[in-house]
Amino acid sequence: MVQLSSTLLYVAFVLYLVATLFFGGAIRVKKKEGVDRWATIGIFVTIIGFVAQLGYFITRWIAAGHAPVSNLFEFTTFFGMMIVGAFIVIYFIYKTSLLGLFTLPIAILVIAYASMFPREISPLIPALQSDWLHIHVTTAAAGEAILAISFAAGLIYLIRVVDQSKPSKRTFWLEFVLFFLISTLGFVIVTTSFRVAGYEATFEWIDKNGKQDEMVYHMPALVGPHEGVLKTEERMKPLVDMPAIINARKLNTVIWSLFSGLALYGLLRLLLRKRIAAALQPIVKNVNLDLVDEIGYRSVAIGFPVFTLGALIFAMIWAQIAWTRFWGWDPKEVWALITWLFYAAFLHLRLSKGWHGERSAWLAVIGFAIIMFNLVAVNLVIAGLHSYAGS
Amino acid sequence: MKEKRFWLRTVILAIMLAAIGYTIYSNVFVEKKAIQVGDSAPDFVLTDLNGNKIQLSDYRGKGVFLNFWGTWCKPCEKEMPYINSQYNVYKNEGVEVIAVNVGEAKVTVQTFVDRFQLTFPVVIDQQDQVMNAYDINPLPTTFLIDKDGKIVDIITGTMTEEDVKKYMERIKP
Amino acid sequence: MEQVKCECGHVNPIGTVLCEACGKPLEEVPALLDMRYEGSARRSQTYNKTIIDKIWNFFSSVKVGVWLIVITLVASAIGTIYPQQMYIPPTVSPSEYYEQQYGLLGKWYYALGFHDLYSSWWYMLLIALIGVSLVICSLDRVVPLYRALNNQRVTRNEQFLQRQRLFSRAKVEHDETAFRNVVDKLTKRGYRVREENGNILAEKGRFSRWGPYVNHIGLIIFLIGAMLRFVPGMYVDESMWIREGEIKEIPGTNGKYFLENKKFIFEVYEKEKEKEAFQAAIDRLGSGMMAKNYQTDVVLYERVGPVVAGEEPKLKKIKSFPIRVNEPLKHDHYALYQVDFKLDELKSMSFHFTDKETNKSFGTITVDLIQPEKEYDLGNGYKVQLLSYFPDFYFDENGNPNTRSKVPNNPAFVFKMFAPDRPKGEVSFTAIRQTIEPLGNNKYKMAFANIETRNVSALTVRRDFTLWILGVGGAIFMIGLIQGMYWNHRRIWIQRMDDEVLVAAHTNKNWFGLKKELEGIFNDTPFVMPIDQADKRS
Repeated sequence: MVQLSSTLLYVAFVLYLVATLFFGGAIRVKKKEGVDRWATIGIFVTIIGFVAQLGYFITRWIAAGHAPVSNLFEFTTFFGMMIVGAFIVIYFIYKTSLLGLFTLPIAILVIAYASMFPREISPLIPALQSDWLHIHVTTAAAGEAILAISFAAGLIYLIRVVDQSKPSKRTFWLEFVLFFLISTLGFVIVTTSFRVAGYEATFEWIDKNGKQDEMVYHMPALVGPHEGVLKTEERMKPLVDMPAIINARKLNTVIWSLFSGLALYGLLRLLLRKRIAAALQPIVKNVNLDLVDEIGYRSVAIGFPVFTLGALIFAMIWAQIAWTRFWGWDPKEVWALITWLFYAAFLHLRLSKGWHGERSAWLAVIGFAIIMFNLVAVNLVIAGLHSYAGS
Repeated sequence: MKEKRFWLRTVILAIMLAAIGYTIYSNVFVEKKAIQVGDSAPDFVLTDLNGNKIQLSDYRGKGVFLNFWGTWCKPCEKEMPYINSQYNVYKNEGVEVIAVNVGEAKVTVQTFVDRFQLTFPVVIDQQDQVMNAYDINPLPTTFLIDKDGKIVDIITGTMTEEDVKKYMERIKP
Repeated sequence: MEQVKCECGHVNPIGTVLCEACGKPLEEVPALLDMRYEGSARRSQTYNKTIIDKIWNFFSSVKVGVWLIVITLVASAIGTIYPQQMYIPPTVSPSEYYEQQYGLLGKWYYALGFHDLYSSWWYMLLIALIGVSLVICSLDRVVPLYRALNNQRVTRNEQFLQRQRLFSRAKVEHDETAFRNVVDKLTKRGYRVREENGNILAEKGRFSRWGPYVNHIGLIIFLIGAMLRFVPGMYVDESMWIREGEIKEIPGTNGKYFLENKKFIFEVYEKEKEKEAFQAAIDRLGSGMMAKNYQTDVVLYERVGPVVAGEEPKLKKIKSFPIRVNEPLKHDHYALYQVDFKLDELKSMSFHFTDKETNKSFGTITVDLIQPEKEYDLGNGYKVQLLSYFPDFYFDENGNPNTRSKVPNNPAFVFKMFAPDRPKGEVSFTAIRQTIEPLGNNKYKMAFANIETRNVSALTVRRDFTLWILGVGGAIFMIGLIQGMYWNHRRIWIQRMDDEVLVAAHTNKNWFGLKKELEGIFNDTPFVMPIDQADKRS
């Protein structure tokens, strides 16, 4: 069952890649030419992929005896699946193949990112032994995934409208967003490479309480732990040691990701000889801006209630049962509130202040950045009650 | 119309201001305690080291200096002799002292009482019931109870002998 | 009140942009109408005389509301940079902790009050101001909107129609069957169709316009619930430590309820006992390193008769219950939660009364560490007196034995041992792995024999009478949100002017859906499908 489950996830991953290619092929087809074969095949492959991933989810649930949303790998994978699910729904409303070309790679990145974390099926600690685990986590993930669609739509919008003829703040920030997506890819590539190579370096170090401890790196140490002493032979010595309150291994991973992202980005710039967004612009030139704007807004309109229900209301109910209080200002809770406040502001700006089009698109991008911050940084960097999700 | 609108707005704003003011005031500036000055002191009955039952309501008509303490608490240790010497002055003027130990072993308490030769009744709150009723935290805490059983003041932290004298004076019937 | 009379005869409140009845623009407006509040007069903007009006108008602005949200958002984020005071170890002083752990930034963080941000007065004030903004914004908008939607007429001003985003104008012969056909189609799609002189206003989903106001009401109820928590008696939050075998009053219940701890159970995941699927994960973390269950088996009792604190209670059993994480014990609005535990607290210690030379034992005493006896008689003239007892022993700054607390973490005793050949007794200070004979060399000693331990469980006691209010608020909020977000308000006007027919349509969101619907309605009819005038711009 466990084997079948992993295989299905792998199949889904590959199918999403294939579907992306088909959606890519669909760009050249003009709308007027009738049925768009490429897009039809694309969405068909996407659905099969989604079904395969659903199979992964169900088989893993059976194998574990609890919903596979209990650690960072499982949650993030599920989030990726929900992005695909949300895309399929939106696709059937709006029939925009271009959305597939942007959404699927995001989902693929999310799932690839998830696979960099421990993947074993783990039993549940007492705090997680509740039906609210799957009720709360799945609803919250679904809400975030629907909101992520607005990011994809926003990105399309921005690539289309931002003037690439001269550098500006807008071109800079758009490149910045794309650079982050590329860095995620960099993280996946670097982690996978060193994993395949079996890199391991052990350090002895002094933690913030002055105790000696061991830390194992799976990447060459650019930054070492506090007063770290390298114990493994023939491994790279760190360039600099970090103070005790900083988790040097995580920082090292971040640095590697950013460097590899920078390298990839630089390589792309060199090959394309223009900004990435400028290179992508022809792809989106035929898109109906009003429609993309509406897709972005509708995903927020649909996703916001789901997010509220899952990430705040269900979360509060469960917190009242498991942690004795419905709200405790745990960092994860606060960031869910921040996300909620942000999208509330988004909706008010749009409905009452008339922030449509490009402004709305920028907001959608920032919203997704907040969601990703909550998913990645709050779990890995800011320790709190939710930090089991980071193990 | 304009009058009506003005008053309506004034009333709505006033209600909101009052609600917010109360919430912030009570949350930030008021200590949340189950027992407060002005409340009537919850009755209790505990046994002293000699096996006598001491009930608070029996002390109606007298001022009661109700002290919660533990042997490990340094400020308690410091103020006990003061309370003892002032008690010897004020017991003839209708002020009683009840020292409630916070549930330590009888042997431990007895040692302490013998060491300081305390003459007032010392009772042990074995099951934390009186501690709960008086919402005790931290130690020492002293309740000044007047002859009608009302709490006149709540003192947390160490007292000097001068303080003790002043407090006993306050509850003298 | 000053009023504006439209040429259609309708009297509008001052400040109205589009006539409530016919929609004629009463002020300068852009080519495409801004339909956000139906062009109604937002009342606040009309009057600005007294200070009350000025305050009111300030909070009536959505811009102010959004700014409040953004400030709260940023403040909240800053509060997550370092752990809040409630999450740092309780034994350290926060003023030192932040500086020690996080250096200068930590020092400033503490100095500026971010270590306790969420219960600071200004953070609460921010949330409260959002509440005020919610109330005033909603009141100021919902009344005019209601008026406008209620007063709208079927027949509209030409200006109003042609400035709608979806609009068409064409010469169409009057054809009653075709006209009926369209009305039928509209009705079938759930539109409420009103006719007037051969003109049509078809409308559906108007209730979605109330969604925002419904959800704001929900939020306000939620905030009221949160405020009520500070009213005495609404909220109980206590904690208790209870040893196995102990019966204790439950704090916060005013002496009404008692609890007995029958047993505390702590389980971990062990490799051999778990299923195949978990083996890899257990291997990685180590067998026995991951908690599986925290459980306190308790019996809940109610006190019978009047409550006098300290009195030996008469108890009536209510129920037995295993309290686990995620499974609190609930009774009479109280809930008891498993939150912490301590394994193997010392319960009693046994000592042999031993001759130091011959190692011969003259009997064994067992000292209960919560309530030790004063004297232990072993018979045959051997007895032990307990002179002093220090449950949590240490030497204080004067070098005297003392106790840190009443918890038997490190018990120490001063024994006086009597034997037939030592009628005056010998004094011995006995602690764990330590014996001191303060009055010279003794013949006898209290030799450590055995210990008994038990587990202690920590429970949190809660009673929160605000929960149902928060629940109602949350539910209303969700209903309002879904009402506003998942439905939309669509209107279609068909109006004959001389030999032309004007068709216009409006929706508050999801134009794409409306256009698809219009295609379905106007296909195969003589009427001309409205065109999206917004497309022309871009």
